[in-house]
Amino acid sequence: MLPEPAGTPAIPERPAGQRKVAAATLATFVALFVVSAWQTGFSVGDLATGTGDFFRFFGRMVPNWGYLPRVWGPILETLQIAYLGTLFGTALALPLLFLASANTTTDRVTLAVSRSVLTVLRSIPDLLYAALLAPILAIGPLPGVVALTLFSLAVLAKLGSETVEAADPGPMEAVRATGAGRNRVIVYAVVPQVAATMTSYVLYVFEINVRASVIIGLVGAGGIGQDLLARLNFFAYGDVSTIIVVIFVLVLAIDALSVWARSKLI
Amino acid sequence: MIEFRDLEVTYPNGFKALKGIDLTIPKGQFVVIVGLSGAGKSTLIRTVNHLVPPSNGDVVIDGRSVGDAKRGELRRIRSKIGMIFQTFNLVKRSSVLRNVLAGRLGHVSPLRGLLGLFSKHDLALAHESLRRVGIAEKAWQRADALSGGQQQRVGIARALAQQPEVMLADEPVASLDPPTSHAVMSDLKRISREDGITTLVNLHFIDMAREYADRIVGMRDGVVVFDGTPAEATDQAFEDIYGRPIDVEKDLRGAA
Repeated sequence: MLPEPAGTPAIPERPAGQRKVAAATLATFVALFVVSAWQTGFSVGDLATGTGDFFRFFGRMVPNWGYLPRVWGPILETLQIAYLGTLFGTALALPLLFLASANTTTDRVTLAVSRSVLTVLRSIPDLLYAALLAPILAIGPLPGVVALTLFSLAVLAKLGSETVEAADPGPMEAVRATGAGRNRVIVYAVVPQVAATMTSYVLYVFEINVRASVIIGLVGAGGIGQDLLARLNFFAYGDVSTIIVVIFVLVLAIDALSVWARSKLI
Repeated sequence: MIEFRDLEVTYPNGFKALKGIDLTIPKGQFVVIVGLSGAGKSTLIRTVNHLVPPSNGDVVIDGRSVGDAKRGELRRIRSKIGMIFQTFNLVKRSSVLRNVLAGRLGHVSPLRGLLGLFSKHDLALAHESLRRVGIAEKAWQRADALSGGQQQRVGIARALAQQPEVMLADEPVASLDPPTSHAVMSDLKRISREDGITTLVNLHFIDMAREYADRIVGMRDGVVVFDGTPAEATDQAFEDIYGRPIDVEKDLRGAA
């Protein structure tokens, strides 16, 4: 047992600096909320009055199951676009992510160049890639595949290089000490450390790409999105509903599959 | 034979880790380097395989300068120098065998190494190395499934697979319990004797240094302050190395 302290010591105050930071953070959030709500005209009243229109619209959205056979072709194309985009993106990301990691690339110029390339690639959203590429590469699945390839490349190389940089340097030093060169150090000491995490990222990016390939179809990059837009323009809400239900089921299934596969990896 | 010639190391942050080391270590000698943390022990043994480049002076192994070696030549030198580490530095998710085979990387062509196309000879050497440290049956287990002592033996086996002429051990037993520590030190000493491997071991523990060393080198603040046989390494000598009095009961048994 410790002896009882003589007299109760004063509880130390939280430093004034920390309290100021907390207050400033809160004030920033509130200010941004007020400005955003005011400038976008966000109104709870409009939301409430809009509910009636929503239900009337929803009433016309009864799925037209007769359209179902015409969904399979484009939905398969959507899946294929997502698959190819993920595959090509991964293949391109693998060499680049090691060039963009400080612990596997010591040459400063190479490091800076590869990181800049990734930053530029990542700053452009996939929808914009598709919209820019569709007129160049002709409307259809090809611009979709290229758009998702660029998106997957940028995301995977970034996530991958962060994983590589967090790898334990001990095994790398040990393998280097046996007389192995840089590539063999990567293959023997780095790849085994990051392989499971990277595979998990690839599955996750595929998950995102399935959803994204629906969206980029809206700007003419092939797949079900293109048909979805066409049926919307014809006010064929029954057909639209059918497509949405199929997309919903597909995305749920892919997500579940991907979550299951990733849980097996770690 | 390893010669340290007026060796100096200054790190990029300006810290002078080694301030002029002159040592000659004959072939087959088992040398224990002692000193406080920060005395320069780790830096010293890392200059032997050029994991730390010298700022001045040189390390010469059997007449070959490590400092002047070009990349390919340096890899050949490294391929003959085994190294083991305090934290073992195994690839935890890889099998024990694959970890040991990494010791053959300096001996096979880069392409064969990258593709993992090891010859029967390489595989036989890897298994033989595991057998010599007493864990032959662990070859197919994942490295992180092994105990600390077993993992350090995998580290020794990886170094042995290199068929080394020099063995460097950086605090090889600092993460192990005392009985396991003695077992690992015995393995190192036995292998050094059997194969005539020149061995440099960094140690914290004074009693172990006395028990296993042919020769004890004491370091303090980047210079050699003691160089002699275990018999010459008296308590007084250790007090000079550590720069403070040693309470035998407390310091020898604790983490000095």
